[in-house]
Amino acid sequence: MDFNGHKPIYLQIYDHVCERILSGEFRSGDRVMSVRELGVELGVNPNTVMRAFERLQMKEIIATKRGIGFYVCEDAKEKILSEQKKDFLENEVPEFLKKMELYGLTMEDIIKCRV
Amino acid sequence: MIKINNLDFAYKNTQVFKNISLEFQKGNIYGLLGENGVGKTTLLKLICGLQKPVHGSVTVDGITPSMREPQFLQNVYFLPEEVITEDTTPEKFIQKIGVFYPRYDFALFNQLMKELEVDLSKKFNELSHGQKKKALLACAMSLQTDYLFLDEPTNGLDIPSKALFRKVISQYCSDETTVIISTHQVKDVENLIDPIVILDKDDVLMNASFAEITDKIYFEYSPERLQDAYYTEMLPGGYINVMPNTEHLESNVNIEALFNAVMKNKETIKNLMK
Repeated sequence: MDFNGHKPIYLQIYDHVCERILSGEFRSGDRVMSVRELGVELGVNPNTVMRAFERLQMKEIIATKRGIGFYVCEDAKEKILSEQKKDFLENEVPEFLKKMELYGLTMEDIIKCRV
Repeated sequence: MIKINNLDFAYKNTQVFKNISLEFQKGNIYGLLGENGVGKTTLLKLICGLQKPVHGSVTVDGITPSMREPQFLQNVYFLPEEVITEDTTPEKFIQKIGVFYPRYDFALFNQLMKELEVDLSKKFNELSHGQKKKALLACAMSLQTDYLFLDEPTNGLDIPSKALFRKVISQYCSDETTVIISTHQVKDVENLIDPIVILDKDDVLMNASFAEITDKIYFEYSPERLQDAYYTEMLPGGYINVMPNTEHLESNVNIEALFNAVMKNKETIKNLMK
């Protein structure tokens, strides 16, 4: 995994786990790898991974069960998608619209791009 | 926990530490940073009992390291920067010193040698510098001490070995261990070290976790130099600005920029992090 310089690493790990849930690698009810395992895989401080897991837990994407460790929550996928949708609308779309205006593009130009 | 209280230390007439106090909590991988000659290695030597404070105290879980009691020494390992060139194989070396460490695990040694891709049949003096470093790292980690101090561990490692180094250290770390890595190669240990300790001549400028740092300091990338920045540096594609975090924004610590910012604004940042 390549980390980018701008975003806190724990948030990048958070996104990374979300991607793996969306891709179906980790399914609802499945055990997620432990903090330690993911730390080793990424070569990252375990405390940083723990911070990402705490956020995943807070967002009810993963939860803990005694004896099992972390597992993926029932509607994790839906939660991730709705969060990403919100982020898209609040952050990416305004940025996109700004660029459209800058380049003098209309909605029609955009629709033409659709394959 | 490692507690350093009002420590003074000097080599003959050269003062190294003047009244410094500092704590290292277990369960962490500390990065020990500082310019050449500020005493990073000396501090590690004081913590593992190779040097004795002139004034003040150093204690590790209540024990004074310089008493050199077996009960302490069996739980600490210091891997110096200079590489030994003994006329022996790493395997024979670890079997010789392993007896002094109750949790020493020969199977783990073999596994680490394999993971780090070191030739098991060669003697230390037949290995390249980087291979020697990796062999010694495998030795150090197989002793499984709660306290592990590494002085410039990535010097001489090739690019793939640096990634392997991060993996094995991450694996080593548990709630009970305290790893301190002294280094100038911050890129090699990025995302691995947290908290960060920055030493200066006679002084400790910072001892803070990434969470504490980003709470107070904001790392902003911008097309031009920003006013009010503690430090700015040109990067490909713009500037990185080390700013006071007045708006409680989250950012990623750039260790090099942080270090330079601290060096340029010693008192300001020291007070800010208090």
